[in-house]
Amino acid sequence: MAQAVGTAHLETSTGLDNRKLLMWLFLGSECLFFGSLIAAYLLYRDRSVTGPYPGDLFDIPFTSVSAFVLLMSSVSMVLALAAIQRGNVRGMQIWLFTTATLGLLFLSGQAFEFTEFNHEGLSLSTNLFGTTFFVLTGFHGAHVTIGVLILLSLFTVSLQGRIQQKDSLNIELAGLYWHFVDIVWIVIFTLVYLIQP
Amino acid sequence: MATEWPQTRKSGLADALRGAREMADQHYGIWSWIATVDHKRIGIMYGVTAFIFFLTGGIEALLLRTQLIVPHAGILDADQYNRILTMHGTTMVFLVIMPLSATFFNLMIPLMIGARDVAFPRLNAFSYWVFLAGGIFLNVSFFTKNVFSGELGAPDCGWTCYSTLSSKAFSPGHGVDFWALGVQILGIASLASGFNFIVTILNMRAPGMTLFRMPLFVWMTLVTSFLLIFAMPVIAVALFELIFDRLFNANFFNPDKGGNPLLWQHMFWLFGHPEVYILILPAMGIVSEILPTFSRKPLFGYPFVVFSGIAIGFMSWGVWVHHMYTTGLGTVANSAFGISTILIGVPTGVKVLNWMATLWGGSLNLKAPMMFAVGFVAMFTIGGLSGVTHSVVPSDYQQQDTYYVVAHFHYVLFGGAIFALFAGFYYWVPKFTGKLLDDRLGQIHFWLMLIGFNLTFFPMHISGLLGMPRRISTYSEGQGWDFWNLLSTIGAFTIATSILVFIINFIYSLRRGEAAGHDPWDGRTLEWTIPSPPPHYNFEKIPVVHARDPFWHEKYTEDAEGRPIPVVAGAANGHEGEAHEDPGGHGIHMPSPSYFPLIAALGFPIMATGLIYDYALVAVGAAVLFVGIYGWALEPATEGEEA
Amino acid sequence: MTLAEYRGRGGAEVPREDQHVAEAAHVEKHPGPLEYAQIGSILALITGVEVAIYYLGLAHTLLVVGLMVLSATKFSMVVLWFMHLKFDHRLFSTMFILGFILALSVFTVALATVGGKLV
Repeated sequence: MAQAVGTAHLETSTGLDNRKLLMWLFLGSECLFFGSLIAAYLLYRDRSVTGPYPGDLFDIPFTSVSAFVLLMSSVSMVLALAAIQRGNVRGMQIWLFTTATLGLLFLSGQAFEFTEFNHEGLSLSTNLFGTTFFVLTGFHGAHVTIGVLILLSLFTVSLQGRIQQKDSLNIELAGLYWHFVDIVWIVIFTLVYLIQP
Repeated sequence: MATEWPQTRKSGLADALRGAREMADQHYGIWSWIATVDHKRIGIMYGVTAFIFFLTGGIEALLLRTQLIVPHAGILDADQYNRILTMHGTTMVFLVIMPLSATFFNLMIPLMIGARDVAFPRLNAFSYWVFLAGGIFLNVSFFTKNVFSGELGAPDCGWTCYSTLSSKAFSPGHGVDFWALGVQILGIASLASGFNFIVTILNMRAPGMTLFRMPLFVWMTLVTSFLLIFAMPVIAVALFELIFDRLFNANFFNPDKGGNPLLWQHMFWLFGHPEVYILILPAMGIVSEILPTFSRKPLFGYPFVVFSGIAIGFMSWGVWVHHMYTTGLGTVANSAFGISTILIGVPTGVKVLNWMATLWGGSLNLKAPMMFAVGFVAMFTIGGLSGVTHSVVPSDYQQQDTYYVVAHFHYVLFGGAIFALFAGFYYWVPKFTGKLLDDRLGQIHFWLMLIGFNLTFFPMHISGLLGMPRRISTYSEGQGWDFWNLLSTIGAFTIATSILVFIINFIYSLRRGEAAGHDPWDGRTLEWTIPSPPPHYNFEKIPVVHARDPFWHEKYTEDAEGRPIPVVAGAANGHEGEAHEDPGGHGIHMPSPSYFPLIAALGFPIMATGLIYDYALVAVGAAVLFVGIYGWALEPATEGEEA
Repeated sequence: MTLAEYRGRGGAEVPREDQHVAEAAHVEKHPGPLEYAQIGSILALITGVEVAIYYLGLAHTLLVVGLMVLSATKFSMVVLWFMHLKFDHRLFSTMFILGFILALSVFTVALATVGGKLV
């Protein structure tokens, strides 16, 4: 189960690690999941019968900052992986914690945005925009939340000294999930926020 | 992730858990089944559960057919009919055919590729428990109203549950909620299974088994698993959309707020069409194993059959609108999808021709597995042909929503999938019970079922073209439908009788059946090299594979005219040192049993119940799920074990 | 025998599906923390440009094309470098691209069929 850095020759038919293969398959399948949600958003994009409409509510500077935060969290995530692959446990812990913090910052931004929109009259049931927006970004936020939980769990376990250089695959897998959640946001930021009807 | 229980925990808890695991490790008693991660046991559990659901769905079918035996029969009222109809379809697709395929994936894939288990044994157990949870959850719905006064709480929207019928306004009550949440839970099981088998097949093949030396059934499982992992997310989103519309007043399918009910149909069939290939490809794989074995010839055109399976997998994504020709999408959409649908018949036809060529010139052994396999080829071809008539848009306009469609899909799903699954049962179950089924009873089962099946469903082509709509609870006399319905009902009870014969055969054979031995059918592939039943570690030594049909190659060489000649015992056909002894498997470490897959699985039905009745339960269910997942992640692992 | 032993005896019949030979070379080309930080800066920069052109008030088509190109670039950079796909075994790329292309194609066709607008 543990993997040496640089991927030693494994006893599998492809030479690849089972869990890494599983993670990539999972991410491939998640493309279909988020693809469906994005398609629903795009289908209903300018078909809301009543407002509020995206143009009324979006605060692009605010959302840009939160997009930036999530992007930077990907940087810190990959730095955490680089650290543990070089045997630097302390460095990994610092970058892991940073990533989780940035993720939480992103989530607070989302929570703030959701409450703002809600105060301005947008809910799940108001119109098509409310429905598709909250469900799409809500599922994305749920994925980020799970990611933060995974990162904090890894961080906690590493405090007990149980993540060493040979266990770097665990960090790599968490990183793949985290980066995926980031690239979904890259797509959402563009298609939902920047390209408005 | 960790390899040790933490030292900081109270030793009492750690000791108790260790003791429980040791008990489960002994292979006996109910706890060993509950905590099993052994693919063979999981396969057996899948098979038993799926068969019980098959009987449930079958009884539902008999109720429907009894109601339709004559006009205005008065056995079921319209409401009861709709609910039983919905449950019959949902059960047969999600609780019977898919899990029966999963039964064979579980039982056979590791054996056919020369592995000791799947890539993720605990994930495998998790798939089973989630399936069981979903199946029970769905069926519990029957009892959520006053069952004793004939009020059934089951969903009544049909297995496709179209919008806007599925909305809160038109389906008040909890039936549709149970359907949506139940299918959602089942989707999780299928998804997990798909991931597991892809990694298993790609990563755990015995040395020398290249992709093109894999048995055809393994190939079809691989394609099916890819379809599963890509199609299930789409229905998951569709179901979330439906659930949010119903529970939280979202507007995905709400026309008043500009929503388009047709979105549901697109999402459902985007999933639904790959789904029907998920239902049939494993069956095709089974038949592709049985026909060569019982013709004593290799599968004709193996690469063509493989590539056709892959082509079907790809093309299945491009045809879904053929379920929606009559929804007014316009000529461009209809024509495009009409063409793609006609084209998908081609790889299927290639397979049928290759199966026929396999039989041609073979030394045919007409035991029960072969009868069912040949029956599959014939019945599936008929169903495929009616499918081709559906692909043509103008004729589909006539057929849509009539019994002609019911005929088509029962020919491919019953005459196709179910026949093939029974073939697989007669062929492979002796490997696990150690006993052959009685072949005379098997023949009686086959002929009764073949006759009963055709008597039930062939007349539906006719009544459908005479205008009888689907999903009606009764009909009036004088429309020309009476006679055909009577035939169908007689046929249905004939099928039921054949199943009874099967059950008797199975129970009798478990006690008094002829011993199967390693290789009752003079098989071609690796599963026949090990004892029946197999030891828990499967292979004493992982075999080395030198050819397709490796076991056949080991047993036989060819004379000048290409006829098989048995290899002299002990000659080992040029591969010394690879004999199949089995001195007991000492020193082979198998993955440890675990309770956490079951615990995690329980979280889902609790959350689902909470969503319908009391949100507090959602938190409870989530907590159970979290405990299950954390326990699973932190559990001490056996060396070499993955998730 | 084990897979390793089988490979070790020079089994010419078995195509080598792993790339541990290539991997030795990759360890040298592996990006380090500096490269990751550089990529991070580029990503931040591109985001800035995206926001800037949003405010520029371009013609709608131009805006859309520009934004798509920029976000596709960010997407690719994260996938290729941060997710390491550029340096890993091709099979991982295949799995991911399969899902991605499938999603893209299927939903483009679906939206076209229902009369939805991509942009």
